[in-house]
Amino acid sequence: MKASSRRLWIAGLSIALLVALLSPLASPHPDGLERVAEDQGFLERAADAPYHLIADYLFPGISNEAAATILAGIVGTLLVFGITWGLAAALRRRQDAQKRA
Amino acid sequence: MHIPDGFLNPATLATAWAASSGAVGYGVHRLRRELDERQVPLMGVTAAFIFAAQMMNFTVAGGTSGHLLGGALAAILLGPWAAMLVLTSVLTVQALVFQDGGLLALGANIWNMAVIGVLVAWAVYRPLARLWGQKTWGRAVATFLSAWASVVVASLMASVELAVSGASPWGVVLPAMGGVHALIGIGEGVITLAALALVRVARPDLFLRRRTSHVGGGL
Repeated sequence: MKASSRRLWIAGLSIALLVALLSPLASPHPDGLERVAEDQGFLERAADAPYHLIADYLFPGISNEAAATILAGIVGTLLVFGITWGLAAALRRRQDAQKRA
Repeated sequence: MHIPDGFLNPATLATAWAASSGAVGYGVHRLRRELDERQVPLMGVTAAFIFAAQMMNFTVAGGTSGHLLGGALAAILLGPWAAMLVLTSVLTVQALVFQDGGLLALGANIWNMAVIGVLVAWAVYRPLARLWGQKTWGRAVATFLSAWASVVVASLMASVELAVSGASPWGVVLPAMGGVHALIGIGEGVITLAALALVRVARPDLFLRRRTSHVGGGL
């Protein structure tokens, strides 16, 4: 990988992680859909998830809410980064394989 | 705008799954031919940033918040097909790991935000950028309108699904969702502008790269 490419993803990922660090400062108000669902009386239709991993963006087992949010944010950011890179790289490899074939 | 399970009826859920699978499948088909090696890390970074930014709710009005959806940001940086895959990956992790958006409703959330949000952003940005893209203000206006429209149309798409499912009457849910997302869309426009301005200062070559490669070439 070229150096410019490495600098790009390191800088970009750092910015994303910085945003995750700031996530406890997010507005606690319900979002647009939740607000409409509450006002129009269909919020209670929402079904609970069949399982909970990191529900409500709070890493389980951590009593400090800000710390639990930050950890959830960092885990999610890294997970999404890795999965998306992996998917894109897999598509690239198939492309190369097709070109050779 | 992540729809939880319970809001949509089975017919709507199934239709949304079929539509979003078809659209994302087509996007992947296009990427398999067009994806540029240098775009691979940028896709990972864009997805990571959108995930983190979606946690940063901002207050709009009346005890309501919104957050970046990122459809326009991803589409302008990466082209529509890579953007669709990036948003699909964010929404899937949110549903599977963070219980944000229902598992059954994931098809609808992908349709609203990863497909409609991205395609609307691209359909607005592309012609406006062709018209005014040489000027800084022109690019800014194109970017802002693209981001705003993508959020508002995605919210109207969600409203249609809610109304069809009988969660709320058409005449109520459409103006309510459209109204609040017209405000949230302003935040989307500002964040998208700021993020793209940063990229343009730090790495102007990423935009040049998009123009010379044929990724996202046609819609």
